[in-house]
Amino acid sequence: MAVVSSRWPRLSRMQRHDLFYGVLFASPWLIGFVLWTVYPIISSLYYSFTRYDLLQPPQFIGLTNYINLTTDDDFFLVIQNTLWWVVLSSPIGVASAFLMAVLLNSRIIARSAFRAIFFFPSIVPIIVVSSVWAFVLNIQYGAINATLRALELPTIPFLSNPTVVKPTLLLIHMWMQGGAMVIFLATLQEVPRELYEAATMDGAGSWSRFWSITLPMCSPVILFNMVMAFIGGFQNFALPWLLTQGGPNRSTEFFAVFLYRNAFQYLRMGKASALAWILFIVIVIFTVMLFRSSARWVYYRSE
Amino acid sequence: MAAEALTGDTTTRRRRAIHPAEIAGTIVRYILLIGLALTFLLPFYWMASSAMKDDNQVFTVPPRWIPNPAYVGNFLSAWQVQDFNLFTFNTVVKYAIPSTIGTVLSSALVAYSFSRIRWPGRDLLFAICLATMMIPFQVRLVPLFIIFKDLDWINTYLPLVVPAFFGNAFFIFMLRQFFRSIPTELSEAAVIDGANEFQVLVRIILPLARPALTVVALFAFMDAWNDYLGPLIYINNEPEWTLALAIQRMGRAMTEVGASANAYPYLMAVSTIVTMPILLIFFFAQRSFIEGISLSGLKG
Repeated sequence: MAVVSSRWPRLSRMQRHDLFYGVLFASPWLIGFVLWTVYPIISSLYYSFTRYDLLQPPQFIGLTNYINLTTDDDFFLVIQNTLWWVVLSSPIGVASAFLMAVLLNSRIIARSAFRAIFFFPSIVPIIVVSSVWAFVLNIQYGAINATLRALELPTIPFLSNPTVVKPTLLLIHMWMQGGAMVIFLATLQEVPRELYEAATMDGAGSWSRFWSITLPMCSPVILFNMVMAFIGGFQNFALPWLLTQGGPNRSTEFFAVFLYRNAFQYLRMGKASALAWILFIVIVIFTVMLFRSSARWVYYRSE
Repeated sequence: MAAEALTGDTTTRRRRAIHPAEIAGTIVRYILLIGLALTFLLPFYWMASSAMKDDNQVFTVPPRWIPNPAYVGNFLSAWQVQDFNLFTFNTVVKYAIPSTIGTVLSSALVAYSFSRIRWPGRDLLFAICLATMMIPFQVRLVPLFIIFKDLDWINTYLPLVVPAFFGNAFFIFMLRQFFRSIPTELSEAAVIDGANEFQVLVRIILPLARPALTVVALFAFMDAWNDYLGPLIYINNEPEWTLALAIQRMGRAMTEVGASANAYPYLMAVSTIVTMPILLIFFFAQRSFIEGISLSGLKG
């Protein structure tokens, strides 16, 4: 009894000590969370109910920004562009990252060289990516079209034709999958060798080993990369902004480009905030739907 | 046992190697790998080779793949088209270095609290910290701009540097994972010797976490070096530009009427120079780099 009663106050002193230091050391993030996340999110919601051009103080107009968007043709064009992009770029990006990782994980020579080549584009400054691709894809003297013209083949209007430009962005997107690829590669290397050996002994070919071992074992990471790709896809800004400025004929005017234009070119901070909140809610819904669906296709190893 | 396994392994391998399907598979695999690698490298080759051409070699059909003559001096001339020394100074000294210092210090401190001190509410707050990574930046874009405008911080580097001192969710996560792998006995021994939490962090944890801290510092530096959106929003004044903003202007000026001679080669030359530090960092820290990124997926 005496031991217990004398230990309790000491323990709680320890707990108080831990709480004090825990909060103290976490305080940069805690304060930053309030300043740079909580407050901006709440004020963004408030601004979305106002008309605000930075010159005059915000003027409360209720749901007007949201209601106006329902009759805004530009907005629906942007939604179409963005959905096209998200629905295609996420699975295509994740699939290409996965296939590159599978290729790298097979028995090959110079693996680290290939890995470096596939990975590197994802860490190059986006301004360099856009400058270089703009030149490679240039209709007259780009590496590809100048070659085509020399062969007297028709040129490809990569960046100047509204129907070609989105697939062009997809190609560049596939070129920048290094991050997801490396995550897949780490996952593939974690798959226990015994599983493959056992399957081989049972007479499974490489194709069925891929379907029944590799894919299920990687499915949690496929989900992770899909979620990240969806979130990133909805926010796609720098590449279309730099490479095409939303064109030609506004075919690459994506949600984030439209939002940026409204905020910083037209100074419609209220409308931009309403757009941001719509984006936020759409992303949350998509993410939740993806996680819901994952129960059916993601395999979790029980350990 | 081992010898048996070994011979068993080699016989199966030898038997499989004879299989024509296996050979075909290997050939297809290498064709894919080499084809992909060449495609991936093409833009970089085009960038670096165009950087050494002049207008006569840039505007040709068929394209000239090897510059002849190669104008190596283009790198120097291109650097003087605008005041790129100033923009490098801005990018590195005013932005990348201070934001890297802030990110590493604050993220390490917070990660220590989230991994090595037990306190009520810790795990919930860490979960919230992770969840903030899912919030689209656009939601905070407008209010943050307004905050910094009211503080009169537009056209300064404060909006880009000050928030770095409040921790970065991804780096907090990375460092927390690393700190958790350090045995508790080490810090307990230090506590018995009379060290306080701060001393434990500085004397025990940080020296052991050097590799992880290096990766965080490299990532933070690269984030700043590569950043386009941040400077685009907060920096309008030309003398304050970063390299990214200066290159953007170079690209836009090129398409305008009366663009100067060698505009394409110069743009490619500057792009090559700006890519070099990233290539060097990647070259020397490839392994820790790739491990750092892999970590983010392992929790998925």
